[in-house]
Amino acid sequence: MTIREGVMSPNNQMRLWMYERMFRHRQFEEQLIAAYFEGKRPAFDMKAGPLPGEMHFSFGQEPVAVGVCANLDTEDVITTAHRPHHVAIARDVNLKRLAAEVFQRKDGLSKGRGGHMHLYDSSVGFSCSSIVGESMGPTAGIALSRKLRNKPGVAVTIIGEGATNQGAWHEVMNMASLWKLPFVCVVEDNYYGVTVSKKESTSISRNSDRASAYGCFGEYVEGNDADLIYVAAQRAIARARDGLGPTILEVQTARLKGHYAGDQNAYVPQDIKDKYFQDPIPTYRDRLLKKGASNENSLRAVERKISDEVDEAIRFGRESDYPDAVEALQGVFA
Amino acid sequence: MPNETERLLTPARAGREAVIWEMERNPNILFIGEDVVHMGGVFNTATGLATQFPGRVIDTPISETGFFGIAAGAAMDGMRPIVELAFADFMAVCLNPIVNYAAKTHYMSNGQFKVPMVIMIGAGGGYNNGAEQSQCLYSVLAHFPGIKVAVPSNSYDAKGLVHAAIRDDNPVAIMYHKATMGVPWLGTPLPTIINHVPETDYVVPLGSAKVVREGSDVTIVGLAWTVHQALLAADTLLERGISAEVVDLRSLVPLDKTTLVHSVRKTGRLVVTDEDYLSYGMTGEVVASIVEADVSMFKAPPRRVAYPDVPPPASRSLEGMCMPDASKIVKAVLEIL
Repeated sequence: MTIREGVMSPNNQMRLWMYERMFRHRQFEEQLIAAYFEGKRPAFDMKAGPLPGEMHFSFGQEPVAVGVCANLDTEDVITTAHRPHHVAIARDVNLKRLAAEVFQRKDGLSKGRGGHMHLYDSSVGFSCSSIVGESMGPTAGIALSRKLRNKPGVAVTIIGEGATNQGAWHEVMNMASLWKLPFVCVVEDNYYGVTVSKKESTSISRNSDRASAYGCFGEYVEGNDADLIYVAAQRAIARARDGLGPTILEVQTARLKGHYAGDQNAYVPQDIKDKYFQDPIPTYRDRLLKKGASNENSLRAVERKISDEVDEAIRFGRESDYPDAVEALQGVFA
Repeated sequence: MPNETERLLTPARAGREAVIWEMERNPNILFIGEDVVHMGGVFNTATGLATQFPGRVIDTPISETGFFGIAAGAAMDGMRPIVELAFADFMAVCLNPIVNYAAKTHYMSNGQFKVPMVIMIGAGGGYNNGAEQSQCLYSVLAHFPGIKVAVPSNSYDAKGLVHAAIRDDNPVAIMYHKATMGVPWLGTPLPTIINHVPETDYVVPLGSAKVVREGSDVTIVGLAWTVHQALLAADTLLERGISAEVVDLRSLVPLDKTTLVHSVRKTGRLVVTDEDYLSYGMTGEVVASIVEADVSMFKAPPRRVAYPDVPPPASRSLEGMCMPDASKIVKAVLEIL
């Protein structure tokens, strides 16, 4: 059996690894928020300013990305949807090229063609695209490819709880379970699909319970806690690697900045906000100190270094040129 | 009479020869879809393949959106899947993974990912099967940037286009007309559908139209079934002393505008015939492409003989009214002479 020995809490080194990436993401998006509203005021014009288009911030969802990515090897693949930054950063996508792509410049991952919802970095096995539920098929297809060719690697997709009501989700969960693909579906339960709550959209309270419909594994993790997510993700990924088939790993998390940039979460009742919308990062930082993973001075030094790195990446992104217009007509076909 | 050295195979069999040749040499090619293992595909695209390539021919559940997405992912990871959409009508079920995901990934990723997948699609009606089972929809996929579309009308082209499609690193739809495939339950194909198929592998390049009958008085452009109706019409026209040139488009994407313009420059008259709906489709695209090139070469306005903008009716009298056929093409030609 190749299941890793035991199922352990992350050690302090892993905790630091995860914290650094949560912090890096948070710094990154703080700067994106500022840039996003530049040039768009007083009357909101979506195409104005250095960061046009829609923007979907992952504030509060960092624990899911790091808890999952901490368990991935280089040959694994991870995909996600329209709220991708925390996953990209947890997967160590090059920060400068990520920033430049979000700013739609020529030094970006796709030379500005993709933008913030269509990010691709083949060097670290990461991609995302924006039709809800769309990642399910292709990610399972990558898993199928590895299984048929006897090559290592699991394929994981991180989707929102709203996506589990798409037809594609059900079809792919059935096939992935039927064929025992090395595939994991991580469901970020941030409780809202744009303005529609889970209670208003889904006939059952936990998507992890849908596993019984497909004969696969299902697990729900409460608390938006990177350590708990880490342990559950380790189990799910080990099962996939060992040929036991997929897991629906649903994880409670917090969509702190609304669906799209500018959304004030006004439609979220206060009791829901109190219960579900708590920032996980300060809590995790305290844990690092309590568990002796770091001390205040070291942590601040690490945080300063990461802040500088993020500043540099954002500056790189903003100062990069736009791609040449003629490139719009190129590259449709291989 | 066929001469003794001609290998006359049905288009289904010819296409399969290409698939088998490629699958023998590249272990990464898969054939997936509904009924491809036990049945060999509804239109015989995969007869015998599961036996020859165990594990690489996969029956799927009825989950088009799911398995088209799966095929795209497998292609991104280095495989070359052939995925079957039995009836063109079903593309409405699973458009997203094809036109938003597979077709756009190379562009959106700036070439980091390629999606080499072949989509085999059975198109067309004429056998009273009703509106949701008889459509062609040739131009639907063609409309989306990022997917190539080829439409073989005969055995020789079927094999050559399938070779070309499998070797292409992009999503390529091979849309074959059901009545041309040679499946026993749709009757015997017209003689012009069955032609000589060389034993060796060969490519019919995607994006190359072919003048299948030379003429001087009018250009008739057809696709799949309507190519053969155009050839029958040309015979009738010849009896009246009219020389019709028939062009088989063979591909919609890329579209061979050069051959089209060259032909109309020669004849000065154009009739475009398509079994797909008249509006917003192939006939409009062909007319516009040629007119844009040089409107002065036209001696008369172009004419279109296409399926009217109605859902295909089942009853034979109704369907007969709608299907483009040789007599409707002859009538259109006579109107512009």
